[in-house]
Amino acid sequence: MLELHVIAILMIIAAIVAVEIDGWLSTVVAVGAVGTGLTLAFLFLKAPDLAITQLVVEILSLIILTRATVGLDAPRIKLDSRRLSIGLGILFIPLFILFVKKMVADLPAVGSPIMKMGQYYIEHGLKHTGAANIVSAIILDYRGYDTLGEATVLLTSVVAVLIVVRQQGRKK
Amino acid sequence: MLYILCTTLLAIGVYAVLVKRNMIKKIVGLCIIDYAVNFFYVVAGYKVNAEAPILSEGMDVMRINFVDPLPQALILTSIVIGLGVTMLTVAIAIRLYQKYGTFDTDEIRRLKG
Amino acid sequence: MKKEPGMSMIVKRITRITVSLIFLFGVYILLHGHLTPGGGFAGGVIIALSFIHIVLAFGREEAMKHLNEKLILFLEPVGGLLFLGIALLGLFGGFFFLNILPKGQPFRLLSAGIIPLCNIAIFLKVGAGLFTCFIALSLLRIDRSDKGDK
Repeated sequence: MLELHVIAILMIIAAIVAVEIDGWLSTVVAVGAVGTGLTLAFLFLKAPDLAITQLVVEILSLIILTRATVGLDAPRIKLDSRRLSIGLGILFIPLFILFVKKMVADLPAVGSPIMKMGQYYIEHGLKHTGAANIVSAIILDYRGYDTLGEATVLLTSVVAVLIVVRQQGRKK
Repeated sequence: MLYILCTTLLAIGVYAVLVKRNMIKKIVGLCIIDYAVNFFYVVAGYKVNAEAPILSEGMDVMRINFVDPLPQALILTSIVIGLGVTMLTVAIAIRLYQKYGTFDTDEIRRLKG
Repeated sequence: MKKEPGMSMIVKRITRITVSLIFLFGVYILLHGHLTPGGGFAGGVIIALSFIHIVLAFGREEAMKHLNEKLILFLEPVGGLLFLGIALLGLFGGFFFLNILPKGQPFRLLSAGIIPLCNIAIFLKVGAGLFTCFIALSLLRIDRSDKGDK
């Protein structure tokens, strides 16, 4: 469990660097560091499916962020944010700490979850579906509706990107 | 304790979306919020000294400890949806830069109309 | 001297070798989704990344002569309809999404009912969708002109 705490602290430092630093390329590299730290954390949390998917999705989102920023000669933005935004930010922190205290008191301790449905899926997964990978059996057989909804969300986002990018040609 | 570190990461992401003026920093904040939420769910389903939920030959399912597979299955789709959100916000940011010439949200608010 | 599109010569030579390896690895993770970690989402993104690798290394105009972007745009909703069709087939057995194909012996490649077919449908949707978005974003020219071409 100690390595999980170390990785979480490294991710927090990389996130602070990504948000505060003043250059395009450094921001993208720091976001990549947060994502790679998350891949390592998934490996330590015994979730190999998620680690593979997070790694390749991280690579793709780095390519897209690089396309948008690096190589532009946009002017740097100095003199960050006005008083209302800073005031909202400072008001937000004690509210957040209050909610976190209440939440942490209610959850079970890290490392011993209550596994009612999980236990049922593990015991009867191989018998009912015949798949050896329990996570695949859950997303495609026991909870297939959620995967259908996710396919719809992907279709909507592809259509939305194509609409935003489209430019009218000149009439000849 | 690990829950508090996850929520700190979430707070950094929300701070970036609220306070920063640069549009790219807001997009970075959105990405960080995604990562923090996924991390939190998988930590909530972790069991100490347990195995990954993949069976192999000759395993006796009743005697071995397994990690909870249900949060992992739900987060798997959430990771790919986070990628879709990033792509759409980057496309909108590029369009705004093309039309107004800057990434600064205060300038864009003043220039409208 | 005319500027060569795409990246340098070393990158182009290495790309010819690595693209086939990445594609093969993606197909392996896709087809064994019910036995080892992976499945439709990870396999689809890896195969889309192999096509993006070609476009990044060779420049967009050069690569588009060999890849047919209208076909890839057409394949994306085909994947979604295939997934819905497999789900509706379950109606023959009883209710929506029932697993009706025979489940073979466990730990073989041809086991587990409809799960490998669903993996292939998801791969078509995710892979084609992400590649289309990437081509659309790379066509968008970032300069301050308001009129442009599609």
